[in-house]
Amino acid sequence: MTTLILAIVIGGAFGFVLDRIGATNPNFIIGMLRLSNLHLMKTIFLAIGTASVLLYAGLMLGFVDPGHLDVKDAYWGVFIGGLLLGLGFAVSGYCPGTGLAAAATGRWDGVVFVLGGLAGAGAYMATYAWVKSTGVLDHVLGGKATLGPLSGTDYPAVLDSVPGEWIGLALGAFFIAVAALLPGRLRAGPPQAD
Amino acid sequence: MILSWKTGGILLGAVFFAAVLLVKPVGVSTQFVIFDGILWDAVDDTAVVASKDAKSGYASPNAYLNKSGGKYAKNVANPWNYSFVFVLALMGGAAVSALLRGGVSREERTAPAVWRANFGDAAWKRQVAAFVAGFIVLYGARLAGGCTSGHMMSGMMQTAMSAYIFTAGVFLAALPAAILTYRKEG
Repeated sequence: MTTLILAIVIGGAFGFVLDRIGATNPNFIIGMLRLSNLHLMKTIFLAIGTASVLLYAGLMLGFVDPGHLDVKDAYWGVFIGGLLLGLGFAVSGYCPGTGLAAAATGRWDGVVFVLGGLAGAGAYMATYAWVKSTGVLDHVLGGKATLGPLSGTDYPAVLDSVPGEWIGLALGAFFIAVAALLPGRLRAGPPQAD
Repeated sequence: MILSWKTGGILLGAVFFAAVLLVKPVGVSTQFVIFDGILWDAVDDTAVVASKDAKSGYASPNAYLNKSGGKYAKNVANPWNYSFVFVLALMGGAAVSALLRGGVSREERTAPAVWRANFGDAAWKRQVAAFVAGFIVLYGARLAGGCTSGHMMSGMMQTAMSAYIFTAGVFLAALPAAILTYRKEG
């Protein structure tokens, strides 16, 4: 029961904030990807940076349980899947989470995106055995690996000699700096009609 | 009505941190598979069955639902678990936020301004594009084992190698695709 209350509170907050930062609005996502409005990119860099600093500080001070971490597997399908996701992300302005959130705000193209998504997920279920047989799901780079070793976990690390918590803190600070330094846009705007 | 990048970024970061502090990192795309499984199970009793031999206690004739000891099959049989409710709540939270800010305009509900500036007002064109894009996005997300939430946000936060591979793939495709698809800024 507690778990479900946490799901409602954290999931609800996630959806609320996604809408308030503009992530349910494809104009902002597409503006970010065509480099003409970096508002969301700045927001997301700051979010990952803030979460990283809190997470690694919490791990080092001992109030975050390392057992809550959940590192995903690395394999070539991650890259191919990323390419596919990127393509659809650019055309629609939605990713799975923001598509669901946008559908809930009343955007019809968001609803249609979710229906297409259910069909795509179904297609993956149907073709999974074949995908696995091609070998693209085999581990690369150590599988469930992190940059540095994290205390209290068994995840293999790429850089064995540097504590992962310090790398995480440094990257967190770096992401916050990137968020602050990124300009509002990287491409020149349309010519002014005067 | 949109939060500044500073306020928005800190709030979103707080949500990511709260998730990993209290339960586990955020993730969304697996639940598309779970929902498909629920629909399948509703029309076909053999889609997910209780099995003493499976580690999770559930098995499926589908290799994907059956993988990792029937982990997904179990979630299809018992959808009232953290991850599924999390995604339903995500939709609820977005709906509440949209209502409180006065909702989305009629034109925007059909297609975003940047789409209309490039491809006109016909709703069906946008819907075909959104359906095909949704298909590709979720096929890709399941192939990758996660989406923007699980791989990119949660993964980068955890300094996961898989997150960097995924993010490289996403932006390598998304930046040129967005620039070529949307010639006009809108």
